[in-house]
Amino acid sequence: MKKEDVPQDLGALGKITKEVCYATDDSGKYTTQLSNGWEVKSTALDTAWQQVEERIAAAKQKVLNNGASPILFFMEKGLMDIQILAGYTGFWQWQVKRHLKPDVFNNLSYKKLEKYAEVFNVSVADLKTMTVNEA
Amino acid sequence: MKLDFEHIQAAHCENGVTMSLLKNAGVQQITEPLAFGIGAGLFFVYIPLLKINNGPIIAFRTLPGLIFKRTCKALDIPVVRKKFKSKEAAEAFLNECLATGHPVGCQVGVYYLPYFPKEYRFHFNAHNLIVYGTEDGNYMVSDPVMESTNTMTAYELERVRFAKGALAPNGQLYYPKETKAITDDQIKKAIIKGIEKNVWNMVSPFTGPFVGINGIRYTGKKIKGWRDKLGLKDAGLYLAQLVRMQEEIGTGGGGFRYIYGAFLQEAYGYIPNDELLEISQSFTVSGDLWRTAAVQAAGIYKGRLGNQEDFNVMGDYLLEIAEIEKKAFTALKNIKWK
Repeated sequence: MKKEDVPQDLGALGKITKEVCYATDDSGKYTTQLSNGWEVKSTALDTAWQQVEERIAAAKQKVLNNGASPILFFMEKGLMDIQILAGYTGFWQWQVKRHLKPDVFNNLSYKKLEKYAEVFNVSVADLKTMTVNEA
Repeated sequence: MKLDFEHIQAAHCENGVTMSLLKNAGVQQITEPLAFGIGAGLFFVYIPLLKINNGPIIAFRTLPGLIFKRTCKALDIPVVRKKFKSKEAAEAFLNECLATGHPVGCQVGVYYLPYFPKEYRFHFNAHNLIVYGTEDGNYMVSDPVMESTNTMTAYELERVRFAKGALAPNGQLYYPKETKAITDDQIKKAIIKGIEKNVWNMVSPFTGPFVGINGIRYTGKKIKGWRDKLGLKDAGLYLAQLVRMQEEIGTGGGGFRYIYGAFLQEAYGYIPNDELLEISQSFTVSGDLWRTAAVQAAGIYKGRLGNQEDFNVMGDYLLEIAEIEKKAFTALKNIKWK
């Protein structure tokens, strides 16, 4: 890639910092050039976020249909999977899997609910009602 | 207390940390391409069956931590590397390092990294940054992919050092144990070692089907089947993930192929063999082709393209890349160093 061809499409990162790219100058020698971003990769990122939004919406619907506990919704909202959520809450993965079942969730102790609420940065009441704390 | 430390922006976090820490430890010659090449950073792997962020696991570089490790080893610089169970011990050790004058590399997760744009905060735990001082209970941070330095509170730093999930950092930190000057002859030997290692990783008969050139070819063939197997939408998501791994913050463009081209040019400064310059050009060609493939992929995930033929074209790009890189690495393998 030639230095003058380094893309300068302002993206999410470009607003905060430019990125170093390696490119060749007129004599074919490698040098660095700062880039504001590249449309091809910012749309790749957008695509990933669209998928996240769809997963959150699907999770919410599943919880409303009583197919899963609200933990599923917050897990998707936090871009987590069971392994990550187990890591942050300190539960075992098999426990998290159980807690995703509505019946099990409804019988969880306040202490356990608190752990989830803390990781998701919401109150226990909001955890149960899938109320998001946007702050 | 602030250590005498110069922030240098780099394309990739681990290259940048390696370069800055080594420079700080007296290795005047070190640059980002040299760190990447000596550390044998160029790679390709497609891990079948497993998924990350609901997409395929594809990497264009070696496992996290290896670039620093290999580069220091090749230059005969001893390294301190530690992981922690306790957050308190992790912070205490960090403070001790700073007090004894060592800027320290830390492995962190990016999800809670406060100065990163929100759009980039996924649960990715193999990011690297340097802590080079404390002030009023805050830490001074040099993140190589950022243009300037940042400040983090003790809590913010602890949170990213103890991020959870795959590749959890467990507070891992590392730094060169000694400050010493390195001769050009040592750099030369390290370059040869790095190239040999990289040749081995990409074209040796032991890579297996998913790694190196074989991995690129395998992925190219797979892509042709994604449309039928996954449906157009998920196939697009998979391609978007491929492009993110290839171009997202820190590859220097073309999935690290341009940095490797730059490395071979710099290597020529130590080992004046014209073949190095010629092979460098092959990596430029390869990097360009990776980017052409990314444009094709974008056509698909943006919905402009979507026929089976478009996937075939995409897959064929990777097959073509595999041929170019195979030739380039074979040529590197055949260089007579003496």
